[in-house]
Amino acid sequence: MFNFYGFYTLFAREVWRFLKVSIQTILTPVVTVLLYLLIFSSVIARSREMLPGVDFLTFLVPGLVVMAMLQNAFANSSSSLFQSRLNGNVIFVLLAPISDFEFYLAFVGAAVVRGLCVGFGVWAAASLFALVPLQRPLAALAFALLCSGALGALGLVSAIIADKWDHIAAFQNFVIVPFSFLSGVFFSIRDLPPFWRQASLFNPFFYLVDGFRSTFVGVSEVSPTLSLVVGAGFFLASSAWALWLLARGCNLRS
Amino acid sequence: MTAVSIEKLSKNYGSLQALEAIDMEIGKGEFFALLGPNGAGKSTLINILAGLTRASSGRAAVLGYDVCRQWREARHRLGVVPQELAYDPFFTIRELLTLQSGYFGLGRENRGWIDELLVALGLEEKAETTMNHLSGGMKRRVLIAQALVHRPPVVILDEPTAGVDVALRRQLWDFIRGLNSRGHTIILTTHYLEEAETMCERIAILNHGRLAALAPRSELLRRSQWRRLRLQLVDGDPGCLPEALLAKRESAPPGELVLRLHRERDPLGAVLAELDRCGLRFSDLKIQEPGLTEIYSELTAD
Repeated sequence: MFNFYGFYTLFAREVWRFLKVSIQTILTPVVTVLLYLLIFSSVIARSREMLPGVDFLTFLVPGLVVMAMLQNAFANSSSSLFQSRLNGNVIFVLLAPISDFEFYLAFVGAAVVRGLCVGFGVWAAASLFALVPLQRPLAALAFALLCSGALGALGLVSAIIADKWDHIAAFQNFVIVPFSFLSGVFFSIRDLPPFWRQASLFNPFFYLVDGFRSTFVGVSEVSPTLSLVVGAGFFLASSAWALWLLARGCNLRS
Repeated sequence: MTAVSIEKLSKNYGSLQALEAIDMEIGKGEFFALLGPNGAGKSTLINILAGLTRASSGRAAVLGYDVCRQWREARHRLGVVPQELAYDPFFTIRELLTLQSGYFGLGRENRGWIDELLVALGLEEKAETTMNHLSGGMKRRVLIAQALVHRPPVVILDEPTAGVDVALRRQLWDFIRGLNSRGHTIILTTHYLEEAETMCERIAILNHGRLAALAPRSELLRRSQWRRLRLQLVDGDPGCLPEALLAKRESAPPGELVLRLHRERDPLGAVLAELDRCGLRFSDLKIQEPGLTEIYSELTAD
């Protein structure tokens, strides 16, 4: 049995919540990315070739789009659930006939919607600097869903485990941000020293960024199929972790 | 059919035994009080019924639906007003109620009931404001509306009148009594024993995770073996009473003598005869039967 309307209401609540504070949740990340573009496009030569036939800005824009999706999907589920836990109002959802899976799906679904909104906003705003056409929209959507879904699930995990806002911030600043900065958003891993090039191949964010970028520019550092498989594995693993914590009750039910 | 049935329910947190083999049945339509000192296990018991806490052993059911195995059915039938004034700062009162109703699978068809609840709880003027603009009493009423939004036949109120002023408390009780008269089973915890004494038909008292008493109010009130004899003295010195009676003397305003007497061991006739022998004259005599407060103190004394 699936309480569809219950799931849908919680999903709608989560989307509604970030729309009510959209200056912070959508506009701010878009403006931040515009600042990156402004700085990088004036500091680094536009003509520099990052991948065969891909100049720096064309390389950078899809990377910034996917990075914004990753970070905002994480921020959405982690801050929303953790705030509900701190306020105590998460109890109203826990009292309702909503299963762990419906709960997970609602929060991750809303994180995906936030990721897509921000990603689209960044792409549209970036066209002020560089028009980077989307070549394979379906594949791009698949990567967008996987990356915001995985990070939405990790956001749930951190909101369940954390005891204070400090822990959420630590997860965000010491895990999510470094992994996304070091995933080849701003550089090609070919330009890295051999050790870091090898290390990058263990970073799941790298595959999401590289695979997503390939749907715009048509070339990539590793095969897009491999990226899709790794991305799917990462999404499944993050989801399993979140669902396991929910099933154990951990900090939500005792 | 029972509204709530609890069998051998235990819960431990590590070495702490929060509940120990509780057995309890609450009938449909009852007005039931769950009393006990802080830490006695009341909230644990409520949380197990609500599915917020998992029992270590034993079972609990709401209207026949096991709270673990048939949790969806059980939750549909249960409304819980939590003790803490927790609220969601993003939404207005009406939005909160609409969302809560949706979690239970209810859509547009429930809007009429939400309007009725807003009116019944005096919230209709505040329907479009968020909860951080409301007073404590108003917030409490919103919590009640949230608990009732899916029309649960069994309603648990965890200290609904904590920190609520006298006028609002009376309003809340009228409202809750109204729910009960329309067939809802009401289970409440409170620290105001007079409230439990005047409103509830049956009372359970928990102490250290165990059931110290479970009985109809009248029977519970009869259970105490102690009562007080209060005399207005006119003449004589109580100091000359025999040692055994002096030991039963309680502090009293000047000119009064109060004796705490055992129902069987201190027959009234014999006590009065002692007073007479001692030369005590009195203008008035009252026998005070114990209230819930006395019985509660006896049962929860360590």
